[in-house]
Formats: sequence, C-alpha cells, structure tokens
Amino acid sequence: MSKLLIEDKEVVVPGQIVAEGMDYLPSYGTYRLGENILANRVGVVSLDGKVIKTIPLSGKYIARRNDVIIGQVFDIMSSGWRLKINSPYTAMIPVKDGSFEFIPRGADLSRYYQIDDYVVCKVTNITSQNLIDLSARGQGLHKLRGGRVVYINTHKVPRVIGKKGSMVSMIKQATGCKIVVGQNGVVWLSGEDPKLENLAVRTIEKIDRESHISGLTDRIKLFLEEETGTTLEIPKEDLSDEEIEAVNFEDSEENLSFEEHNNNSNEEKYEDE
Amino acid sequence: MKRVDGRTPEDLRPIEAKAGVIKNAEGSGYFKIGKTWAYATVYGPKEIVPRFMMRPDKGILKVNYNMMPFSGQGERVRPGPNRRARELSLVSEKALASVLDLTKFKNSGVEVFIELPQTDAGSRCAGICAASIALADAGFVMKDMVAAVAVGRVKGEVVVDLSYEEEADETDGGAVDTAMAMVPSSEEVTLLQMDGQVTKEELMKAINMGKEACKKIAEIQREAIKNKYAVGDLR
Repeated sequence: MSKLLIEDKEVVVPGQIVAEGMDYLPSYGTYRLGENILANRVGVVSLDGKVIKTIPLSGKYIARRNDVIIGQVFDIMSSGWRLKINSPYTAMIPVKDGSFEFIPRGADLSRYYQIDDYVVCKVTNITSQNLIDLSARGQGLHKLRGGRVVYINTHKVPRVIGKKGSMVSMIKQATGCKIVVGQNGVVWLSGEDPKLENLAVRTIEKIDRESHISGLTDRIKLFLEEETGTTLEIPKEDLSDEEIEAVNFEDSEENLSFEEHNNNSNEEKYEDE
Repeated sequence: MKRVDGRTPEDLRPIEAKAGVIKNAEGSGYFKIGKTWAYATVYGPKEIVPRFMMRPDKGILKVNYNMMPFSGQGERVRPGPNRRARELSLVSEKALASVLDLTKFKNSGVEVFIELPQTDAGSRCAGICAASIALADAGFVMKDMVAAVAVGRVKGEVVVDLSYEEEADETDGGAVDTAMAMVPSSEEVTLLQMDGQVTKEELMKAINMGKEACKKIAEIQREAIKNKYAVGDLR
C-alpha cells in the first residue's frame, strides 16, 4: 500500500523518504530507490496528484533561453561584451545584438557599454558547453544608469515579482523606487529618497529570506505599511496568497511550456514601467 | 561495560549540527561531535584553477581539509597543507563525490573547505558530515547525505565513535581505529580506512555498528538543514 510521508509545501532534504510504494511518481528533486521515493535536493514539496516534485530553495542560476537577466560587463572584446551573470558561467553580447543602433566594424565598443556597467538583456542561445549568448536589443532591454544592485537567490525571483507583478508593484508603490528584477537574482533599484531606497532593499531581502513561509504577501504588506506609515492599496484578488504560491511554483519549474514563457515575459515588461 | 567517558559501545559523543552558519558561502555546515568541531563551506559552481582540471562532461569537486593551528592537543599544528591534510582532503572528496550529481555543471567546479577549530578524534568524519550538510544547503542535487563515523576496538571491545583517549589506548593489542562514511539510504560505504590489527569478525561487527551509527548521524544532519528553514521569529 502506498503511503505519503510528507505534506504539501513541507521542506525536504536529500535522502529523506517522501513516499512509500509504487503509486506515486518522482519528478524534479526526487528519485525512486527500490519501492520508495526520496528527495535529492533541499526544497519545498509540491504535490500534483500522484506526481511529487520539489521547488529548490537554494542553488546558483542556470541560464535558460528567453530569460531576462541583469549582467555586469567585465570584458570588452572585438566581437562583443562579456558579462558576469551571477551564474557559474559568463555570457556574451555579440556586437550585432549590442544595440538598436548600427555599430560599424571597428567601432569603440566601450561607447555602448563600459566595463562594470549593468545591462538588462535576454538569453538568446545556450550551447551544450554552456556558452551563453545574450541580446540587448529588444523591448525593455537597456543599460542601467545609477541606482544600486542587490543579489538574491535566483529561486526566489518569482516571489519577488509576485503574481502578475503584484509584489514588485507593491514595493514600488510603497517606496517610489524604480525596480528591475532579473531572472538570475540580480535586482536593480533606484529611488529619489535614500531612506525609501533602503527600505526597498530590506523588503527584497526579507522576501529572499522568508518566501518559503506561508502568508508572504500579507506579511510584506504589513511590513511596508509599518515602515512607511501609509496604507497600501492592493487589488483584492492579489491577496490570496495560496494562489500566488501555486502560480509562482509553476514559474520556477525547469522546463516552462510556451505559454508560461509568455507569462514570464509579461512579468518582465511589467517591471520596466 | 562502560567506556572511559561513561558511554555504552553503541553510544555516540554528543552531536550538534547546523546549516547556513557562514553567510558569504553558497552553503555551509557546522558539525560538532564531542570535542571535535568542524565547519564546512561550499563555494561554486565556478571556474576552477588550474583550468586543466575542469572537465567538459561534468563539474568537479575539490575538497580542502584544514586543521587550525590552535586545534590540536596542546602542540601547535603547523599551518598549511601537509601530507596528512592532503590525504584527508582526497578521501573526503571521494567520500562525498559519489552522492553528488554535477553533470549540469560541466566546465566548472565546486570547492569545499573544511576547517577544524578544535580536534579530538574522528576529525575526518566530522569534516565529511559538515561538508555534506554544506553541499545540501548549497542546493546541489545529491542522492543522500553522507554520514561518517569512526568505529574500532578498544580494550578488546568493539565500539563506535572513539575519543582521543580511546584511540591512544595501547592495552589488549592496542586500539583499532576505522574511519567509515556511508550513504544511509543505499548503505553504500564511501570511505573505509583502518589503523591497527583486527580480526575479520571484529571488523565486520564494527562496520555493522558503524552503519547504524551513520543512520543516526544522517538524521541529525537532515534535521540541521530543516531547522534553517523552520518558521522562527519573523520580525
């Protein structure tokens, strides 16, 4: 007789038996050993009928096609710019994808992006050996001027964005900051008031720390209201935390369907105002 | 029969384990067993130097074992890698590599640093336990935790988790000290080193006792990681 040994949204660790018997199926983050299903990474359980998978809580960013990320230029070559993307691998913007402008052969590439510049860009291609190509040509893709950068866990990015951008727009509303969230866990923000900018940073760090505990949206709303002394208006539908969690768990899955990809890019557009 | 410190043959020294103790690292672990303390940090996956060590088919694991200068029994431990530290780095690496899946991280590597601020006995085992917590904390795909413990024979009796006092005992043919590491779910032994003279029966008995002890340790390791994500004070 098959038996489930954990509850939905429970934190599991490698080697922990999550289910006994052949009636359940292992998916991401779990594997079968004999009759049992075991977890093989630290994560939050997500049950989908008979399928058991886990959503990771930690780990480095691994690039996927069409991700919108924030990179930092660290080298300029004749063929383009190399960027650090908060991942084990570096990425490259070839000259042809560098700008909407025409870049003539032999042009001084530092006129477009200098070393240490942050750029919002999109992953166009990844080879089997993890060579990553980026593009800075596209809607919402641009160089970031001024502001500051916060690094968070890449798996928490969907929670910082929230359902249809609800979380990030709440932070924007409360602090008046401009915020761009890259899929790779690099968050850029810029605000007029340094105190409010600091508050935005603390809020993002709080989400990074506490996103696996339920009731996140309400908690963040309360935190922002207490800190700013104002009342925040949020559309009612966004307050159903359960639903948000479900949606975001889908987003963090490893192979997104085409539709989900579209959802993702909608979210990205949302951030750029 | 009671042992020198009042334990029964199956008893482990008091254990304390934590995850995420070093914030700058990708993952970290702390494992204290009796008077032996081990910290482990994980950095990466990242580019590894020398570059020729990187492999195009999978990521590599590099483990560095280090005893701190003040960690010994009174005498200063000379800092830097010595013959013993290099051997223990290597065996710890082999003990951990079998559970890790680094196929996603080709052309890169993971660095693990094991630091021991205080050592009594069983430091390689404590180091492996801490490193295994750190690797899980860093979010790597791994079949299971790796639990390690020393087993052996002291005063003619087979015991687990020897203390330094027991290890140094020379009565009844001297102490036998066998360090072992195991993957608890599959009972796969990933480290087995022995010091001393022992009969086959004694060794098999010791290993079987060690397996039970490793399973207990693995539970403590898993609990340590879960505690990091426990619902605490949210203010």
